[in-house]
Amino acid sequence: MTTPAYAREQAQTPAPPARQAGETPDLDVSVRVGLYETMVLSRAYEEAILREYHADKGPGFDIGKGLVPGEMHLSAGQEPVAAGVCAHLTSDDAVTATHRPHHFAVAHGVDLGKMTAEIFGRETGLGRGRGGHMHLFDPATHFSCSGIIAEGYPPALGQAFAFQRRGTDRIAVAVTGEGAANQGAFHESLNLAARWSLPVVFVVEDNDWAISVPRSASTAITSNAARASAYGIPGERVENDVEAVYDAANRAVARARAGQGPSLLEVHTVRLWGHFEGDAQGYRTDLAEAAARDPIPAYEQSLRADGALDDAGVARIKEAAGSRVEQAIELAKQSPTPDPASATSYVFA
Amino acid sequence: MTITESRTERRLTTSRAMVEAIEQEMEHDPSVFYMGEDVGAYGGIFGSTTGLLERFGPQRIIDTPISETAFIGLGIGAAVEGMRPIVELMFADFMGVCLDQIYNHMAKIHFESGGSVQVPMVLTMAAGGGYSDGAQHSQCLWGTFAHLPGMKVVVPSTPADAKGLMTAAIRDDNPVVYVFHKGVMGLAWMAKNAHALGEVPEGEYVVPIGKARVAREGSDVTLATLSLSVHHALDVAEKVSEQGIEVEVIDLRSLVPLDRDTLLESVGKTGRLVVVDEDYLSYGVSGEIVATVAETDPGMLRVPAQRVAVPDVPIPYAHALEYAVLPRQQRIEQAIHTAVRA
Repeated sequence: MTTPAYAREQAQTPAPPARQAGETPDLDVSVRVGLYETMVLSRAYEEAILREYHADKGPGFDIGKGLVPGEMHLSAGQEPVAAGVCAHLTSDDAVTATHRPHHFAVAHGVDLGKMTAEIFGRETGLGRGRGGHMHLFDPATHFSCSGIIAEGYPPALGQAFAFQRRGTDRIAVAVTGEGAANQGAFHESLNLAARWSLPVVFVVEDNDWAISVPRSASTAITSNAARASAYGIPGERVENDVEAVYDAANRAVARARAGQGPSLLEVHTVRLWGHFEGDAQGYRTDLAEAAARDPIPAYEQSLRADGALDDAGVARIKEAAGSRVEQAIELAKQSPTPDPASATSYVFA
Repeated sequence: MTITESRTERRLTTSRAMVEAIEQEMEHDPSVFYMGEDVGAYGGIFGSTTGLLERFGPQRIIDTPISETAFIGLGIGAAVEGMRPIVELMFADFMGVCLDQIYNHMAKIHFESGGSVQVPMVLTMAAGGGYSDGAQHSQCLWGTFAHLPGMKVVVPSTPADAKGLMTAAIRDDNPVVYVFHKGVMGLAWMAKNAHALGEVPEGEYVVPIGKARVAREGSDVTLATLSLSVHHALDVAEKVSEQGIEVEVIDLRSLVPLDRDTLLESVGKTGRLVVVDEDYLSYGVSGEIVATVAETDPGMLRVPAQRVAVPDVPIPYAHALEYAVLPRQQRIEQAIHTAVRA
């Protein structure tokens, strides 16, 4: 992650106040601001996609209508997971994300313009409009995602395998939700990666809800991190605090890079919006409290309290994020749609 | 010319020919590796990797846990990063436990990425019945793979093709499903099949994917088939030749892409078509072959097309029942006579 000019300025200011016992270890202020910046960019992105998605769905709500048709799974609330993990990665490391992929794509540095053009189904998109928002592939950052629950884990093993065989210290991060931890692919992948000491970090985003089914109704244990012990690898569960994620991911990434094998990191996060847009969430018993669990205002407050950010800093970061996002949206809108005559292209190389 | 003669005289089993192609590609391309269940010390249950562990070691000839979803997915990820994995699904019948990785990932990534990501991977699998292995270990299913877009499907019938198509599959930048019939491998523990032994060129040998082979020329009826059935068809063709019927046998070799030109050229000549397929009858290869002719020019057929396939029933266990549904010589011969008499 490049350190923004603002963060570099902040880094030169006197050391932040000492933290109280039991809090997360001190992080360099540039790292903290960087984490915040990633989350703000990710949220700005999702808000813009939300706006564009709903702009032309009427009358009523027609899922197949508008500039951005189809299912749309947005990640608001889950930004700490992506920001905290991807802060340890370079574009040489691989990430396989889920059907809810934008926050990981943003945090891993996928080109926003190409990603947005893909979501808008344009020829300039990552997949020339053949993929859509659940099928984003970016060779430049080794980023991909899959719309099938838990099935993004196995390909990550292969990327890690290739990195390992070539003697590099590159790693693969494989992401699923807590619902996916009950799929066979999840368990097969943990076992194989552990047995072959593959450089993988398995991330589970526990947002409490597998569409409408709460984790308590689907899963026999309270923490998926405990499942790691079944495969003899470290497992850790943290709350939706970006610095806690950063800290735990640091251990998992370091272990993978050092050739010591995979780890599992579960983050108890929050899905602020619906499973997909159009989901009325009548089943959500926790909806009233969910908004209060928004991780971004909380982190912003903490940075302000520590003197790491002030009004001007916050405004600058939000403005920069908004401007990058709007630029990407604009580029997507101005890009050509694919020629229907090319609908059968790209099946084979 | 001594060398040429020794080349043409060299005979290998299909299994040995397949292994030779893998060995040769692995020698010159370090990104090639072979992975699957019992492919190491065992040498592949159907002899697909015999001797390779000794030659290349466990880093490149890799035994996996019984986790097809994980290791086929691993192959996909490694291929995405530029390696050239050959991944073995022990039986085609086992596709059910890992199909998502095959058809939703291996086969779709190139398309979904708009061509920016390639998956140069070979997925090998054993297919076919005839030895009472029951309904879950005797299927062909190549028509199912061929139906799902994004993977090439090759089905060799001879030792030479087993080698040449394997070389082509490894070098292909697309996922290639390589289906070998257990009955043509030349296994010591199955009924001997004389056709499992054949001449195989030495050195580099490539059979282009997508080109059918006219296995026998004939003027009276076109018999389009693949894999083990090619040999049954050739046996029957020799027999009916004595009765004055000349059968042209087309070995399809590749289902995706399908060499429709060779098929149409032959049917254009004979005006009669028999399709023999050990896969299920309905919604499959035999229907596609007939449709190819019907869509091009139904007038090409002077008589109705005949299909000899497994009649939409799971493969039975009892020998007599199994042989009643498999497309064996008797059924093929009957179909030829029906076509010629019509």
